[in-house]
Amino acid sequence: MNAIELTNVTKVYRKYARRKQFATLKSALLKGSLIQDLQPEETFPALQGVSFGVPAGRTCGVIGRNGSGKSTVLKLVAGITKPTTGTVKVEGRISALIELGAGFHPEISGRENVFINGIMLGLTKREVARRFDEIVEFAELQDFIDAPVKTYSSGMYMRLGFAVAIHVDPDVLLVDEVLAVGDAGFTHKCLDKFGEFKRRGKTILLVTHSLDLVERFCDEALWLDNGRVRGSGDPRRVVGAYLTDVGKSEERELARVEERAQADSAPAADDMRRQDEGRWGSREIEITSVLLKDAQGQTSHIFQSGEPMAIHLGVRAHEPNTDFVFGIGVYNAEGVNCYGTNTHLEDLTAQEIRGEGEVTFAIEALDLVEGTYKLDVAVHKLDGYPYDYHRLLYTFRVKSRSKEVGIYRPRHAWLFTPGIKLKKN
Amino acid sequence: MFENLLKLPRYRGLIQSLVARELKARYRGSVLGFFWSFVNPLLLLLVYTFVFAYVMPPPRDIPNYALFLFCGLLPWTWFSASLLESSNVLITGGNLIKKVMFPAEILPIVTVLSNLVHFLLGLPILILFLIYFDAPIEPAELPWFPIALVIQLLLTLGFALILSALTVHFRDLKDILGNVMTLWFFATPIIYAWFNAPERIRPYLNLNPFTHLAITYQQILFFPADAAAAGGPPGHWKWLLALGAGSVGLFLFGYFLFDRLRDSFAEEV
Repeated sequence: MNAIELTNVTKVYRKYARRKQFATLKSALLKGSLIQDLQPEETFPALQGVSFGVPAGRTCGVIGRNGSGKSTVLKLVAGITKPTTGTVKVEGRISALIELGAGFHPEISGRENVFINGIMLGLTKREVARRFDEIVEFAELQDFIDAPVKTYSSGMYMRLGFAVAIHVDPDVLLVDEVLAVGDAGFTHKCLDKFGEFKRRGKTILLVTHSLDLVERFCDEALWLDNGRVRGSGDPRRVVGAYLTDVGKSEERELARVEERAQADSAPAADDMRRQDEGRWGSREIEITSVLLKDAQGQTSHIFQSGEPMAIHLGVRAHEPNTDFVFGIGVYNAEGVNCYGTNTHLEDLTAQEIRGEGEVTFAIEALDLVEGTYKLDVAVHKLDGYPYDYHRLLYTFRVKSRSKEVGIYRPRHAWLFTPGIKLKKN
Repeated sequence: MFENLLKLPRYRGLIQSLVARELKARYRGSVLGFFWSFVNPLLLLLVYTFVFAYVMPPPRDIPNYALFLFCGLLPWTWFSASLLESSNVLITGGNLIKKVMFPAEILPIVTVLSNLVHFLLGLPILILFLIYFDAPIEPAELPWFPIALVIQLLLTLGFALILSALTVHFRDLKDILGNVMTLWFFATPIIYAWFNAPERIRPYLNLNPFTHLAITYQQILFFPADAAAAGGPPGHWKWLLALGAGSVGLFLFGYFLFDRLRDSFAEEV
């Protein structure tokens, strides 16, 4: 049996237009619908024909880009808004962690707010009284519970809101990106609480951008894109498909940015130390194209950490030349030079260049941590006189499944003596 | 609509605690705290007494004018404060409507009820005045006081539901309302007596629902019943009951309107 069931749900919002108040009021009054009298261009479909079900006792993660309709789904399931067409069915008591502490009144004490908030979420006064100590302890607010809520820090406020909502003992728990409410310790406690819910056979619908959480924690995943279901089912598969799609659109975005950067780069002063991007040089030898290719030889801007990458430079010498050095430099987003080299440093002495050719800098394994990197490429004389210098004009992104920090990711392994036991997640 | 209306009693615990919170929060941080509920009507009365004792001459045919004024002013304050606050209540409570599953009608209801509590807290002051002025009270009329109160409650709830729902769509309402309430106040026999109003405008005054409430309160508390009517209901009772029927109608209409617009609140607030 499904605890949450959406059938062919469409939700249309109206775009905000000041002059349409009478139309919306009239259609709300006469037809019970806000948007009936509006033209299609005055409305915005947040969800279109969405159908999915979450079986009782399962945990479902909803992923998707900003504006894909995730929060709308949550609001529909919570019953805060009604679908324009289609049906939403939910079995059992719902508690929605959408905005924590939404009902708190700043002037009165935490204690009184806990009671009122609990009653708002569907408990009786006696039920709140019975759980009160547990709530306060969970929120770690024993010392402040009688102070007015307006004196709380935002973390305290959120923690109290979370503690009340989680102690409502719902059958269906709706969570909207609220795990970022506290310090690491509190986040951990929240996850433990969710785990406990799972064990007790409750249904959880989780909207999050933390794909890692979806993979580790959810039984299934739902991927929304532009108000439609793009994928659902096994979390690993859905997250994988989502990542591929995000990669593709990042790829497009980076290609666009790069195009613009190159278009903007007018020949600049002969100052190699300048930090901003640009292109300068005498162009006696010219770099005509720069392509980044992955292991399959496909042009790409996104690379997995540890995989091969090749930088291809198309070059042209207008006159035969014997004094030239090719160089590259890799910078991270903070502007730190991660790596730099040139043919001279690696004991390659120029003999001759004539006409057109290609230079390839092949990296066997791109051992960088996740992040965005920029590339310098240059050809210059041995004494530094620039023929063609491309500064920070090319951007690529390195992706990694793990979230290590720093710049360089050495190949490594963890080894333990038998007394030390760890388990892979 | 009736389905939702019948669900309301289930929320009485919530309404109760929200009213309590409203009252607590209102005076939190002020020195006199809860006493403001008593002091406010008293100060209001002092202002009017000052105006009519020193600035303008009080009507000669009303002895103890301050007491007369108080009989109408106290219920009027409940009425007008309820309407002014409820016109804004869905917007200020938008967070609840948008983020929590929350029956929105509770917000205007809580507004009206917490103002009712203020009204009730003003009653001891009124009783002190009645005793001080040694006002002649007809005991047979007293049971009509709670009847008038219930009718006023229904009437106020009806208006509050309509105003709160419409203000979501037309924010202009709350600005207009302040002036409408001032006009309404002077169109109600509160600072003047019904029998002092010119003959030709009385039919218009009769159209004003609050006229009948004000007259009833004044008859119960202020004007001693004449010998013929002694032992009977206040002279205005027929009008009052008619208003009662009208108030039930208005409340149901208000609830209907609110219910129809309910789904739009979360999106428009």
